[in-house]
Amino acid sequence: MTEVVIAGIGQTAVGEHWDISIRELALRSIELAQADAGGLQPQAVYVANMLSTPLSQQAHLGALIADFAGLNGVEAATIEAAGASGGAALRVGYLAVASGQVGVALVVGVEKFTDQVGSTVDAALSTSGDSDFEAVQGLTPTAQAALLMRRYLHEFAVPRQAFGGFPLVAHANGASNPRAMFQKAISLDLYARAGMVSDPLNMFDVAPLADGSAALLLTRPELLPPGFPHALVRLAGSSLVTDTLALHDRPDPLTFHAARLSVERACRAAGIQPAQLDLFELFDAYSIYTALSLEAAGLAQRGQGWQLAQDGQLNLNGALPVATFGGLKARGNPGGATGVYQAVEAVLQLRHQAGANQVPGARWAMVQALGGPASSVATHILERRD
Amino acid sequence: MEIPRHWRLRKQRYGLVGEVCPHCDAKLFPPRDVCPECGQEAKTLYNFSGRGEVYSYTTVYEAPAGFEEVAPYTVALIKLQEGPLVTAQLTDTNGEQVEIGTPVEMVTRRLRSDGDERGLLVYGYKFRPILQQLISPT
Ligand SMILES: [Zn+2]
Repeated sequence: MTEVVIAGIGQTAVGEHWDISIRELALRSIELAQADAGGLQPQAVYVANMLSTPLSQQAHLGALIADFAGLNGVEAATIEAAGASGGAALRVGYLAVASGQVGVALVVGVEKFTDQVGSTVDAALSTSGDSDFEAVQGLTPTAQAALLMRRYLHEFAVPRQAFGGFPLVAHANGASNPRAMFQKAISLDLYARAGMVSDPLNMFDVAPLADGSAALLLTRPELLPPGFPHALVRLAGSSLVTDTLALHDRPDPLTFHAARLSVERACRAAGIQPAQLDLFELFDAYSIYTALSLEAAGLAQRGQGWQLAQDGQLNLNGALPVATFGGLKARGNPGGATGVYQAVEAVLQLRHQAGANQVPGARWAMVQALGGPASSVATHILERRD
Repeated sequence: MEIPRHWRLRKQRYGLVGEVCPHCDAKLFPPRDVCPECGQEAKTLYNFSGRGEVYSYTTVYEAPAGFEEVAPYTVALIKLQEGPLVTAQLTDTNGEQVEIGTPVEMVTRRLRSDGDERGLLVYGYKFRPILQQLISPT
């Protein structure tokens, strides 16, 4: 199998980019990634995006962004898998390079939520669920997470405040990430007093949606420019798995079945066990998803994922650091770009360029993006090559 | 405007018509034509009783377009007596606290209003608590 390395990374701050359009936002991270990779020129562009059609009245981002980035003529298309779009685009980029068909692939995630507000954004987000049988009942992605969390609390008799451990870790890590939307640690007391969003989800159980763009350049090691300045990071495992779109179609909604399969397949390809990971960039769009993802990965027993957040295991110096730059909760959740941010952050960790957020001696990282309640799951294993 | 889509789904929306698998007898709602239990074709229509219990529920305050008028509203997963889960709003709760396990039955209500000049209203199933004294002993 051809080896695929991540040669370039770029990311913008996550937040409200009122002043620039979706194409300008994408270009910023592309330029950073190209500079980081010593000027590698891509032959293919895979754009990760969820909602540019309803929110920016702009489809066909492949051609738009390739052209705007001065890459007119390259292969390009949009990859959409709701919140997993970024991970899915990374998967497509990986396949393109691994197959030998593409020498250098650019994976760029971009999302612009702030062109619209309120009920329009909520309606657009709801299209990622089952339109005929979920969205028509007024079910939103946040309400889906709330349904899961209430059932989880009921079945496993979990103390409600235990979920506060997840946003605490995320915000502590976001505090030293200059690109994070929230750069301030929070306390359990603040969590306990937070306003309700959709009971039992409170404000700190829900990651904020925001604008952002991140980019990756993938290639084969032999195509790297001479004098390539970074430690090499390879994609050791890659997997994209689906489950039922609707939550109500699952025999056991509290099991993220696709996440379990996706972790198994990616780890098998990489030849490691989840317990060997040095860090896990998981998809903490909702604190309940963090618990369910840890359980699906086999890192906690069913109904016990919340316990990992109680004793520091998920901190930067713990046994399994997660959300090392703040995760979706503190860095922010830029929709289809999120999976690409996760990979950019993992590369910083594995190059040992993470500064105050560095996981000491990191060698293996897992990144995982979820579409909906794990209806699509993209999991990648990254390894530092010495 | 999506009149054909809502018209196509009228049996499900008004009658909770699903399917039963002729091979393994699994009851399916929403209908899906391929049985998830045994993988064989399942296109035999089946009328669900419309009775079940609350599996989980939450309240939506920030409603999507089309639902602003009814917000805040309660949306739930209902475990139907015949087995499947269904997503539906709860209605007619009269201020009573719904819990996991509360028995409910299907009713037909207005689901949403499409906010355009022709003002399409979509009707369909919701679920309401069954008054305790009306539950026949089993
Ligand atoms: Zn069957």
